[in-house]
Amino acid sequence: MTLTSTPAAVSPVVRRRSYGRYVGAKALAALGSLFFVLVVNFFLFRVLPGDPARTLGRGRFKTEEALERFRSTYGLDQPLAQQFLTFLKNTFTGELGISLRYRVPVSELILDRLWPTLLLVGTSTLLAAVIGVYMGMVSAWNRGRTVDRVWTWASLTLYSMPEWWLGLLLIAALAVGIGPLPGLFPTGGLESVDVGDGLLARALDTAWHLTLPVITLTLAYLADYSLVMRSSLLDEIGEDYVVTARAKGLRDIDVRRRHAARNALLPTTTVVALNIGFVVSGAITIETIFSIPGLGLLASEALEIPDYWVLQGAFLVASAAVILANLVANMVYGLLDPRVRT
Amino acid sequence: MSLTARQVTRQRRARALRRTWADFRRRPTGLFGLALLVAFGLAALLAPVITDVADLRVTTAPGGVLEPPSGEFLLGTDDSGRPVLTLLVWGARISLLVGLLSTAISVGIGALVGLLSGFLDGWPSRVLFRLTEWFLVIPFLPLAIVLATVLGRSLLNIAVVIGVTSWPATALLIRSQTLSIKERPYLERARVLGAGRWHQMTRHVLPNVMPMIFANTTLTVAIAILSETTLSFLGLGDPTRVSWGSMLQDAFDVGAMTTGAWWFIVPPGICVVLVVLSFTLVGQALEEIFDPRLRRRR
Repeated sequence: MTLTSTPAAVSPVVRRRSYGRYVGAKALAALGSLFFVLVVNFFLFRVLPGDPARTLGRGRFKTEEALERFRSTYGLDQPLAQQFLTFLKNTFTGELGISLRYRVPVSELILDRLWPTLLLVGTSTLLAAVIGVYMGMVSAWNRGRTVDRVWTWASLTLYSMPEWWLGLLLIAALAVGIGPLPGLFPTGGLESVDVGDGLLARALDTAWHLTLPVITLTLAYLADYSLVMRSSLLDEIGEDYVVTARAKGLRDIDVRRRHAARNALLPTTTVVALNIGFVVSGAITIETIFSIPGLGLLASEALEIPDYWVLQGAFLVASAAVILANLVANMVYGLLDPRVRT
Repeated sequence: MSLTARQVTRQRRARALRRTWADFRRRPTGLFGLALLVAFGLAALLAPVITDVADLRVTTAPGGVLEPPSGEFLLGTDDSGRPVLTLLVWGARISLLVGLLSTAISVGIGALVGLLSGFLDGWPSRVLFRLTEWFLVIPFLPLAIVLATVLGRSLLNIAVVIGVTSWPATALLIRSQTLSIKERPYLERARVLGAGRWHQMTRHVLPNVMPMIFANTTLTVAIAILSETTLSFLGLGDPTRVSWGSMLQDAFDVGAMTTGAWWFIVPPGICVVLVVLSFTLVGQALEEIFDPRLRRRR
């Protein structure tokens, strides 16, 4: 009986959703996550600190009337449900409150500080992904040899390092200089005071300022990508189709590049895309030590005051970045690997 | 000679433990990590014996400001004249304590949610899974910063903050383990014999996911210690206690890297790297022992 049955009868064909429906479902889930983030955001800042009027005012209000005025300005005297609806409306219209420190709307502040972070994070992610994937492949193909051993140890060490500590060491070594060696790079900031007006001069100056922070973030993240690439490539090398490709007489390099590496890139793509969202928050410490005027520095400065509305806005942007990165990762994965659409 | 069921179980567990240890001993990287951890653990436990507590107080600090390493102070002094070596030893206590405490919270929540969402059916399982997914997308550092700002700065709070923000990864791992164990024949047999959910869960599922939980715990400690260091560096740690992160914050604030006071920056960071690396190595070794599929990756 088993001989006569068709393969289809043995394993019934799984009906796959169309790509559109798959993306739709993922987008819906992303919206759910976004809503959750908003709820967390709302409650963290209004419920946990006790009386927000006192916490946010930080003892500035001496009289009960002043407190009352503050409460009604921020709508704190209304029922919680009403406050939540107002909060939702405000968030979607881009009203995130006024910074206690800068006295400007938080949304303006965030937009203003967005591009240094994007530049820093974008460049580092790209470099880390390319170098990480390449090193992971080299490592996997030379499994057990010296290259692999040295690199695996190096990546594990990088992985165990707080990235800002690495940054501090790089500042000490390459920006300040050791002993008679002069510093090569600026210790911080995004542009020199005496830079000319030329577009090229300014771009080069910014690149020069961003070199050390980008190296730091790249080193911090490439270890992760390399370890993922290495282990997923080793998983693929053991698969039947690789053996088949070898048995067909394909050259080793073709088997690796065309067959194994392509499939091993799948999980790595997800990790890279997912990480982009988290790199935004990783920028908090890096921007702090290199004093780059981006979102991260904004958040860590807000921490000292504490500037609640700025913190809330930064948290929202960081969470939204992860959710967006997650959605993009899912969309890319759905294209590359239709099996996940079941 | 007859044995009770309990004795049989105990003997079987002892045998399993011996086998795991024999397996672990064959892994040099795991052993290396374990040895380092024992050394750091001993230093942390013996801190009051091997160092003078008075050296920790700013008022009774024995040295001058930022003295370079010498015969008297092997790793120099900090900006208040306290010996860096003494600070390191006491810092190990806080860093390890916060690391272990927050791991206990994180693995506790993660294992519970993972077990339940894997084992239950229907909507409770779906709700728990969604919750895990939601927490997974919340970026750790911003949430931890917000929580630490709102809750205040103390040792317990920082452990809670790390614990509450880092459990979803554990939950997902335990969930998938539970799901695969649920389908195994011996659980079907137990169900047919009339075992209740509680019995199935505590007697069959839990003992089987336990090794994975254990390996995962070791890896979580590594991440928790890194998180503690970063949060303390940002000034969110307990201001009354010295940890490796707070030492680095001090060093950064006095500009130790521009003044060339490397002895204030390099040693705390190396301690963090060594401890985190050790926990990772031990965790990886355990993972390999408990999950043979991982072995071909070595």
